[in-house]
Amino acid sequence: MSRFGHPGLLIGGTLTLLIAAMALLSLVWTPYPPDAIRIAARLQPPTWAHWLGTDHFGRDMLSMIMVGARNSISVGAVAVGLGMAVGVPLGLAAATLGGWTDEAVGRLTDLTFAFPAILSAILITALLGPGAVNAIVAIGILNIAVFARVTRAAALHVMARPFVRAAAALGRGPLSVTLVHVLPNVAGALVVQATISFAVAILAEAGLSYLGLGIQPPAPSWGKMLNEAQTFMAPRPTLAIFPGAAIALAVLGLNLLGDGLRDLLDPRIGKVSAKR
Amino acid sequence: MIGFLARRLLGLGLTLWLASLVVFVVLEVLPGDPALLMLGVDARPDTLAALRAQMGLDQPVPVRYLGWIGGLLSGDMGISHTYAVPVADLVRDRLAVTAPLAGLAILLSTAVALPLGVLAASRRGRVADYGVMAFSQLGVAIPNFWFGILLVLWLSIGLGWFEAGGFPGWSEGLGPALKSLILPAVTLGLTEAAILARITRAAVLDTLGEDYVRTARAKGLGAGAVMRRHVLRNALIPITTIVGLQFAFLLGGAIVVENVFFLPGLGRLLFQAISQRDLIVVKDVVMVLAALVVAVNLIVDILYAAIDPRPKGMA
Repeated sequence: MSRFGHPGLLIGGTLTLLIAAMALLSLVWTPYPPDAIRIAARLQPPTWAHWLGTDHFGRDMLSMIMVGARNSISVGAVAVGLGMAVGVPLGLAAATLGGWTDEAVGRLTDLTFAFPAILSAILITALLGPGAVNAIVAIGILNIAVFARVTRAAALHVMARPFVRAAAALGRGPLSVTLVHVLPNVAGALVVQATISFAVAILAEAGLSYLGLGIQPPAPSWGKMLNEAQTFMAPRPTLAIFPGAAIALAVLGLNLLGDGLRDLLDPRIGKVSAKR
Repeated sequence: MIGFLARRLLGLGLTLWLASLVVFVVLEVLPGDPALLMLGVDARPDTLAALRAQMGLDQPVPVRYLGWIGGLLSGDMGISHTYAVPVADLVRDRLAVTAPLAGLAILLSTAVALPLGVLAASRRGRVADYGVMAFSQLGVAIPNFWFGILLVLWLSIGLGWFEAGGFPGWSEGLGPALKSLILPAVTLGLTEAAILARITRAAVLDTLGEDYVRTARAKGLGAGAVMRRHVLRNALIPITTIVGLQFAFLLGGAIVVENVFFLPGLGRLLFQAISQRDLIVVKDVVMVLAALVVAVNLIVDILYAAIDPRPKGMA
């Protein structure tokens, strides 16, 4: 594999860039306002005026998918950011301090993984109420456990290497060793995990929105569009095809990118990253 | 073996106990007044008082917790606020849909993934291998609820081979009931099959590189016999573990898939209970799901010990 010859990395990177570009473009331009209701133009097939057709309210599907990309990426980015901000220090503390800290972090992550992810997210949104912010909190909490576990495993692997032991023998304190020697060396594993967790977060947000627990109308979301499409997909199948394809392409792109980055950065870190 | 089982039972019991604590705290302690959360701020005071009495909210939190656990263990899960029937009856009826659905999904996904994984490993770097890996990537990326919708579009609305949703009940006969579970099981099994095919490929490739496989070949054993007797048996160890681990995700997926196909299973019951804020049903169903996951993990552990051909001391 050459750096520019990894097909998965190329396809994944291109798909991810395209989705991100579509989301960015939606900040300044969409073909129509995504919430513009035109009953006279409802349930139209793809035409030159509406490239992906219109929904049961006559809203332009392409515009909704573009803004949906922005919403999905925002939820995914904040949820993964929350997971990293809390999970990485927890994982580093568990690996560095060991003992009761390690035991406590281990039990907490075990407990989080004992419940199916979507079940935990549904429980949290049931308690806090549906909405984008609560969906972020629900997905973010699961990511905390994922990042704590991945960071701990990667840090323990790095800490066994001679240069870290040498730094400790030279009198550097545990905090200094962790920040200067361990953290930079686990960054690769964390980048890979962040990419994969981003894909999982997009899937989870779509699932929650499909169930009516995620992003709330009138803000467009891919999951909610699929839910609404179920009622009208017999006369207009494209309503159910395009939003689902957007989710699948975004997740496929991020997964391929994650796999490619893992191969590129260090094949060994694949052993400590977790996909689900 | 008895010591191993005792240790596993203790560990799994501890996980269930911790899970019960989390569920109880999240649903009964954090909301402050669960009765108010269930009925809303516009509820009549006498209705609110009646629900508080039914839920025993006048008692201290530890007493309520112990009462709930005691009820779960004795099969008395209380009365549903929404359905006004015993929760245990609801759970039993819904489990009669979810358990066969999950079983069918595991069966289908394993039946597809094992041959695909073995095929990919034995044709490494060739078209078949790339095809299986592409299937695996797509299977993980496609949301199961979208895949379910596509199947309905194609096989129900387009070709009319299956009902678009619903469940006739086991009383209507095995055939119609199983037929209504096929599309949901295929939907639920897709992601599992995609992951399992990849794991099988990796496990078979790992095992093919082992010394004892080379020895078996050197003895003159045919490729088929080597694969059956030596490679597959050893590769089954990680595969069994993954099937068990996937069960938790499968149950999570069932919550969404049962909603796509309007199946009256545990997942849909949980979702409806959450929508109707019937916390009595929610906390019982979550514990039943957690217990199912734990029970399947125990079975996988036992299978793991049985399949592992290494001497027990080494495993």
